[in-house]
Amino acid sequence: MDFFVVEVLIGGLLTGVLYALVALGFVLIFKASGVFNFAQGSMCLFAALALVRLMEVLPVALALLCAAAIMIGLAFAIERLVLRPLVNQAAIILFMATIGITFFLDGLGQSLFGSEVYTLDLGIPKNPLILFEGVIPGGILVNEFDLWAAVIAGLLVAVLAVFFQRTRIGRALRAVADDHQAAQSVGIPLRHIWVIVWSVAGLVALVAGIIWGSKLGVQFSIALVALKALPVLMLGGLTSVPGAIVGGLIVGAGEKLSEVFLGPFLGGGIENWFAYVLALLFLLVRPQGLFGERIIERV
Amino acid sequence: MIYREAGQFRTSYAADQAVFPVLQDRVFVWAIALFAFVVVPFAASEYLLRAILVPFLILAIAAIGLNLLVGYCGQISLGSAAFMAVGAYASYDVTVHLPWLNLLLVFLIGGLCAAAAGVVFGLPSLRIKGYYLAVATLAAQFFFDWLFIRIPWFTDYASSGSVSAPPLRIFGLSFESPAGRYLLCLGLLTMTALVAKNLVRGRMGRMWMATRDMDIAAEIIGIRPLHAKLSAFAISSFIIGVSGALWAFVHLGSWEPLAFSIDRSFALLFMVVIGGLGSILGCFLGAAFITIVPIFLNQVPAALGIPLSTAMVSHLEFMTFGTLIVFFLIVEPNGLARLWAIGREKLRLWPFPH
Repeated sequence: MDFFVVEVLIGGLLTGVLYALVALGFVLIFKASGVFNFAQGSMCLFAALALVRLMEVLPVALALLCAAAIMIGLAFAIERLVLRPLVNQAAIILFMATIGITFFLDGLGQSLFGSEVYTLDLGIPKNPLILFEGVIPGGILVNEFDLWAAVIAGLLVAVLAVFFQRTRIGRALRAVADDHQAAQSVGIPLRHIWVIVWSVAGLVALVAGIIWGSKLGVQFSIALVALKALPVLMLGGLTSVPGAIVGGLIVGAGEKLSEVFLGPFLGGGIENWFAYVLALLFLLVRPQGLFGERIIERV
Repeated sequence: MIYREAGQFRTSYAADQAVFPVLQDRVFVWAIALFAFVVVPFAASEYLLRAILVPFLILAIAAIGLNLLVGYCGQISLGSAAFMAVGAYASYDVTVHLPWLNLLLVFLIGGLCAAAAGVVFGLPSLRIKGYYLAVATLAAQFFFDWLFIRIPWFTDYASSGSVSAPPLRIFGLSFESPAGRYLLCLGLLTMTALVAKNLVRGRMGRMWMATRDMDIAAEIIGIRPLHAKLSAFAISSFIIGVSGALWAFVHLGSWEPLAFSIDRSFALLFMVVIGGLGSILGCFLGAAFITIVPIFLNQVPAALGIPLSTAMVSHLEFMTFGTLIVFFLIVEPNGLARLWAIGREKLRLWPFPH
């Protein structure tokens, strides 16, 4: 039997986890503030660039702390300078504003930290690994780095889940996500919540930036990973954390399988749009994504 | 004082329904049109025509197309550059296979192909709404990016992937000179603006706006959503397709798929949002803003005598551009057209505001 399929599938699933990591940041912000944050990819790039350059002068742990602090500062700045003046505006205006933030962050990151390709090495091993050698003849070849990345992503999701379900702030966040006005009327300060949520999204962006940065090298293309995360979001539903994970897995696996088995007939390179078409097909059946809140429309 | 409508009585239906019912507006628009058609082609320098005015005119056409879809029908599209590409490549393929065809017809066919593509990618809009639809339209962007890079038939098997437009001859007249290019685009823009303005004032526009404001309510009062949404997608994509053909044939001359990347889509959306959603005038203002600001930003450091590397200049340009966009959204979320309308109201009362 041919285990090549399994190998491709596992490779795809592991990549999918990484997409999910970027998608997670989108979901967090969308849930809490209803803003579709297009800048998530640029935040990953910005965080990764900051970390890499800080690591040149500081020890790793300190650099990590500083990068995290920068992302939190960024969240404060965005809330104060962009979100607060735009409160109560139409969704498309906020969306366009986040595209403006994207431009700004891309420019700022690259002018502050330089636009060369940096290598980021946090000591995650990158050797190819052969699994299940006893079970399957020849075993299954996976990249050890991808496995570690998946583990980190899994841990992050677990931490976020606990944070959302078990802490006071998490409960406030969920309340805001449910209904802004109701949350405000029971005394939850919306502004603080937004800062917190953007900070958390910034930290998620940092983790995603670290992982993608060590995989691809820290360079502009990290910002483009966000475009890969969008179909993940649609598939899973904009408001669902588990949806982001499942969507990531489906997109990752679908993308790799299609590239290997469909690609040769279509001329290759279909990775770029296949995920979108896949997501589109899912949406035709479920317009709110797999785990999104059911859309109820009234006149 | 100078802008008063007192004493201007509309005594016929035609006068009442004119696009510019106020005399001063009519005079102003005619003056601008006259200036643009007669004075500018002779007075403007070649650089101004080629690098600023022609792109501005073409992007204004595209912005009008996109505004019909986003501003009037309420369907957010992030794939407009893809429809520009469809228009450009379809026109190119027509000129390759039927080189004797009139160039205006070629642009028309390009637009029709884009309209067909628009309808296909507009179909999900019947089921998917809001952000989900916005992301779904990205599917068009990436699909067509891929199509024109990977399928060599569309580029007539050009080895480098870059294709060149044939000489611009229409009815035996050459439009190769900068002034000729400018006039060609200006003529088409004027036509598009008139058609669009009348479309949105008529039955079609009412249908779109009702769908935009609440599609379920619109459906209940008897507007077919299929009809409304797909017609918006088709007409908007047609106009965007024609502008794409112009962008390729008139502005670029020779181009590759990268000319119609996702950045172009965002730029178009910015024009529409900054200019003003649901306003034809806004398309002009937005296109002017988005075309001129980057050129301006590019020149500032050199003009101030600050020595900066090209990479640094482009980063700073990005930053300033992003800041300006956020700034404008905060100052006037309804766009430049709204600022214009406020100014006009003020002018009506000036100098005795009470």
